[in-house]
Amino acid sequence: MSTVTLKKVCKVFGEGELAVHALRDVDLDIRAGDFVCLSGPSGSGKTTLLNMVGGLDRPTSGEISIADKRVDLMDKGELAEMRLRDIGFVFQAYNLIPVLTALENVEFVMQLQGIAPEQRHRQSREILEEVGLSGLEDRKPAELSGGQQQRVAVARALVSEPALILADEPTANLDSTTAENLMALLRHLNDDHKITFLVSTHDKLVMSHARRLLVLRDGKITDDIQQR
Amino acid sequence: MIARSLPLLITLGWRNLWRHSKRTLVILFAITLGVWFMIISAGMMIGIIEQQLQDTIMNLTGHAQIHRPMFRDDPAIEHSMPPPSDALRKILNSDDVKQWSMRVRQPAVVMSERESRGVTLVGIDPAREKGLSFIGKPVVEGRGLESVDDSGIIIGRRMAEKLQTEVGKRIVIMSQDKDNEVADRGFRIVGLFQAELEATETAYVFTGLKTTQKLLGMGDDISEISLMTASREGLDPLVQRLRQAAPRLEAKSWKELEPLVVTAMALYENFMIFWYLIIFIAMAFGLTNTLLMAVFERTRELGLFQALGMRPRFIVGQVLIESFILLAIGVVIGNLAGVFTTNVIFADGIDLSAFSRGMEQFTMASTMYFTLRAKDILTINLLVIILGLVASLYPAVKAARFVPVEAITRT
Repeated sequence: MSTVTLKKVCKVFGEGELAVHALRDVDLDIRAGDFVCLSGPSGSGKTTLLNMVGGLDRPTSGEISIADKRVDLMDKGELAEMRLRDIGFVFQAYNLIPVLTALENVEFVMQLQGIAPEQRHRQSREILEEVGLSGLEDRKPAELSGGQQQRVAVARALVSEPALILADEPTANLDSTTAENLMALLRHLNDDHKITFLVSTHDKLVMSHARRLLVLRDGKITDDIQQR
Repeated sequence: MIARSLPLLITLGWRNLWRHSKRTLVILFAITLGVWFMIISAGMMIGIIEQQLQDTIMNLTGHAQIHRPMFRDDPAIEHSMPPPSDALRKILNSDDVKQWSMRVRQPAVVMSERESRGVTLVGIDPAREKGLSFIGKPVVEGRGLESVDDSGIIIGRRMAEKLQTEVGKRIVIMSQDKDNEVADRGFRIVGLFQAELEATETAYVFTGLKTTQKLLGMGDDISEISLMTASREGLDPLVQRLRQAAPRLEAKSWKELEPLVVTAMALYENFMIFWYLIIFIAMAFGLTNTLLMAVFERTRELGLFQALGMRPRFIVGQVLIESFILLAIGVVIGNLAGVFTTNVIFADGIDLSAFSRGMEQFTMASTMYFTLRAKDILTINLLVIILGLVASLYPAVKAARFVPVEAITRT
């Protein structure tokens, strides 16, 4: 069973002569447990595709399904529920909640899920240890480096064990060593937890960690390469 | 799920407030000031109402009165009534009645050697007037009346000035007796009374009940019975019992005797709600503005909340909780400040004697006391919190309506 399926997905921003076709008839199947990298030049539609899959934006036409559930037909509440239960997000700009500590940021999603405090604390501490942030649980985002913040964001995306993690340029603001460590971590999580990853990037390092590489150009998938 | 997420929403609300502590403190000050002002306004207005009511009740009205039916329209001697029957006395002497007394009231003319004026001659039982009317209080000069047979007379301090007379001098009272003949008699002024209002000091002169009855040839007849109950709340059932015990007489509560005061009280109470709303509206603009600023500053964060799966109603809840925390702190501090101001700083009232002439135009006494009622404080608190949350709904709904993909990319 495919985790993610896109059929003839189009996204047009604006109207008339000003219309920009961000995605053009994209067809895509991503199998459960795959590690897929979306590459392509700026403006090729990578982030738009991720946003469509994550239910942050709606396609102009076409169908998007996750685990056989039609994302494009969901209402706001259903989309929120899907993002809460089934999808983890890692954003380019870390996007942590500044008033919460690293531990509270990781616990955030589980709190929304209504998980009991003891289980929340235990799982969050474990995942922070797994991403190498043990001892930094009580620090606020402003007291962490860029790499550490991105690892908190990864921990937050992983902690509730979603079926799918969407990562938008996760290494864009990181130095090469930190980026290498982060990608090793994501690949390790993919191997061990069988979580499906869909990652958009310009970074060759990220591409090198993918099992499958998709190249987007002008809103179309021009290459689909199985790597290893 | 909302209950389980409540600690998170409260944590976010509380910490978000202190991201811009100066801004929070400014709006907190505005809420506190608004609540404080509402409380002292309520205390002052209720204080004025209570004082006017108290003055009215103590101004020979009492909590209730019994007369002949025609007496209130025409307080003439032919509308006098006999002393209370045994059935009536039984109720008047029950625990429900704190004090009661019989009186004779009769329009009269008082003459000194220099001036004459129209007054109401009141014959009283001095021992029974204590706690029932202002004349039960000690006089400010001379002595008070000692018995129902006392042949001395007490006049108001202001009346003594108008008549250009003083304690120890004689005045003449002229009225109409039971047979419609002129009844007059000289009285020695034994004391001067002082009342809250100068008008009261020129309206009445007091002498012993039996002395008055004798002057007017009334026998044992009286004009009225005035009574004071243990509490105003139990008054209506008592008046009902009095009516049943004396069906040929008219028993009326102070509300029926003084409809103008009742109307004024209702007017004040309604005006207070209007006044609270005016203060609140000024405060609500500040609150809505602050929350809107906070929401727009946190657009990206709110987009993130949505991206992470926070339902729109939780986002509304988070902003409302933030507002509730602000309002609750403001209300608590405002209440403390208000109670401290009225019950500690102005515990002895505000002395307005410098404006006593002007105050009298509004039938207000020269000392203004604050009266805080629990129901007014509760009304203010509920009004501020409920309307405050309503005012916060706009920024809260605005926050929930951000499109996640747009919000999250906003810089």
